[in-house]
Amino acid sequence: MTARVAIRSVSKQFEAFTALSGVSLDIAAGEYIVLLGPSGCGKTTLLSILGGFLTPSSGTVEIGDKDVTELPPARRPTTTMFQDYALFPHMTVRDNVAFGPRMRGVGRAERRRKAEGLLKLVGLEGAAARKPSELSGGQRQRVALARALAVDPDVLLLDEPLGALDLKLRRQMQDELKAIQQRVGTTFVHVTHDQEEAMAIADRIVVMNRGRIEDVGPPADVYLRPRSHFAANFMGEINMIAGRLARIEGTRIGVETELGAFDLPGTALTAGPLALGAAVAVGIRPEAFRTPGEGAAPLGLGASRIVDCAFFGTHYRCHLAPDTAPGVTLVAHLPQAARPIAGGSVPLQLDATQVVVLPAPVDGG
Amino acid sequence: MGKRLSSLLSAGYLVILYGFIFLPVVVLVLFSFQDGSLPIPPFNGPSLRWYENIFADRHLTSALANSLFVALGSAMVACVLGFLAAYALARFRLPGSALQRGLLVAPMTVSYLIVALGLLTCFNALGIPLSLWTVGIGHVVINLPLCFAIIYASMGAHQKTIERAARDLGANELQVMLLVSAPMLLPSILAAFFLSVTFSWDEFVIAFLLSRFDVTLPVEIWNLLRSGLSPRTNAIGSLVFLISVVLLALLEFTVFRRSAKS
Repeated sequence: MTARVAIRSVSKQFEAFTALSGVSLDIAAGEYIVLLGPSGCGKTTLLSILGGFLTPSSGTVEIGDKDVTELPPARRPTTTMFQDYALFPHMTVRDNVAFGPRMRGVGRAERRRKAEGLLKLVGLEGAAARKPSELSGGQRQRVALARALAVDPDVLLLDEPLGALDLKLRRQMQDELKAIQQRVGTTFVHVTHDQEEAMAIADRIVVMNRGRIEDVGPPADVYLRPRSHFAANFMGEINMIAGRLARIEGTRIGVETELGAFDLPGTALTAGPLALGAAVAVGIRPEAFRTPGEGAAPLGLGASRIVDCAFFGTHYRCHLAPDTAPGVTLVAHLPQAARPIAGGSVPLQLDATQVVVLPAPVDGG
Repeated sequence: MGKRLSSLLSAGYLVILYGFIFLPVVVLVLFSFQDGSLPIPPFNGPSLRWYENIFADRHLTSALANSLFVALGSAMVACVLGFLAAYALARFRLPGSALQRGLLVAPMTVSYLIVALGLLTCFNALGIPLSLWTVGIGHVVINLPLCFAIIYASMGAHQKTIERAARDLGANELQVMLLVSAPMLLPSILAAFFLSVTFSWDEFVIAFLLSRFDVTLPVEIWNLLRSGLSPRTNAIGSLVFLISVVLLALLEFTVFRRSAKS
């Protein structure tokens, strides 16, 4: 069971606080969407609106071809998996999973069969007769998933489902969640503030901030070609260098920065066209830096002094001070073979295809 | 030397303290087995004649049954009403909810005598004859605040999410209450129930003022005491005490065992 979701200019006002302002989003049937953002960005509010626990102040929500904006949770084709799992403590695991079918009038034998099938799907077939209090955090999470799936929802809403688990278990569970989603084909909308989790699991990531959507796209797009300053920063470490759009010539653009003039492909303007002379921020991921002889289309940055560096296994993470602008500190990932030494100097180059040019932030957000 | 003295003193203190609390009960129980007609020393040897005597007394046995009926019935009603009030006030935004909570627990601060007099006036004015039912109503009045307070205190935000999950899975409001909230809060509901039963079981003032022909055990004991001391009253007292102990033990084994586990 699966369905598409259409969110049309949804706003939510809590007295003086605007939790969501004019959010629109189309989710395809069977898609795994992750709503990503810091706490207070509106992602949980949006999830609650999808689940029917909140009514938007304006805007509509469609699931399938039906407007569900005013429907209560029970009458929507959605189920929510709550952050603290919200299992029924007095029922066995089997009864927990069978609760939804029971409320829908499914007979005892039938719902028992269904519960056991789902417990098998989540790898808990042996725990059916136990109480939730006898299970570990990861097992409770699986029970919550099985219980939510037992009512065959078109859309499953997951509120920070992995938040209570330790890191190792979280990485393991995110793989399982993804695998289960692909097996059942249900549309999943998953809320998290962990960008690694989002990248590992999502078909598309929706980056949210201050009640707005900052960026939407597959993980690689959002990471490599972020469409906003906030999204670029939130998806991982990035160097932001202030500059000015100095030249637009066909498919090439020129940006002037403290580090010198950059000649970049026009596609670097991920946030859309900008006016000539506009203040911009040039975003460079630490791994976009190159040492000579490595990769194609290099953009020379001149020599840089290595302020410090640390070995991270797959790479060295270094702080660099370019000779052309000693006041600027760059974070760069240099290859293992570069063997950088603190205090030394390295001729720095840049892969121009991995650079984005974004409008300068208005207020540091 | 000082250490020994202090431990000796603490041991002595303990003996005196427990003696003070339990000696009356021990004496009461001991002299209920008195083989004689006065519950005073010397102890003439064990005998079950007074127990035989009270079980043969139809007044006493019916008072015992009345007490059980009133205690169980009023506790059940107080628990149901307390649960409903707690559920409403903890889960819904109601007008003046702080005031309503205050009004619900307010009877706790009123003395039983005042409650009884107030109810007596009301029943007279309404022309309702005094009976075990009126005693039961009185006991609901005094136990409802207790039940409400205990159950309300155990309704946290976590249970609220669980109820939300139940609604999300298709349960209607009645199903949420019966299948999720009440079983989930069962430890505190049972605690409220057993406490109400013990309070009602021991209660005298309201039972005395609001009953007429059928009376509860405390009132019957009071009637007996007017004719002077007898090992018989000791036997009844011991029986009342035994039932209270059984109730407390039940409370301990069902409720606290259960809540310690979950």
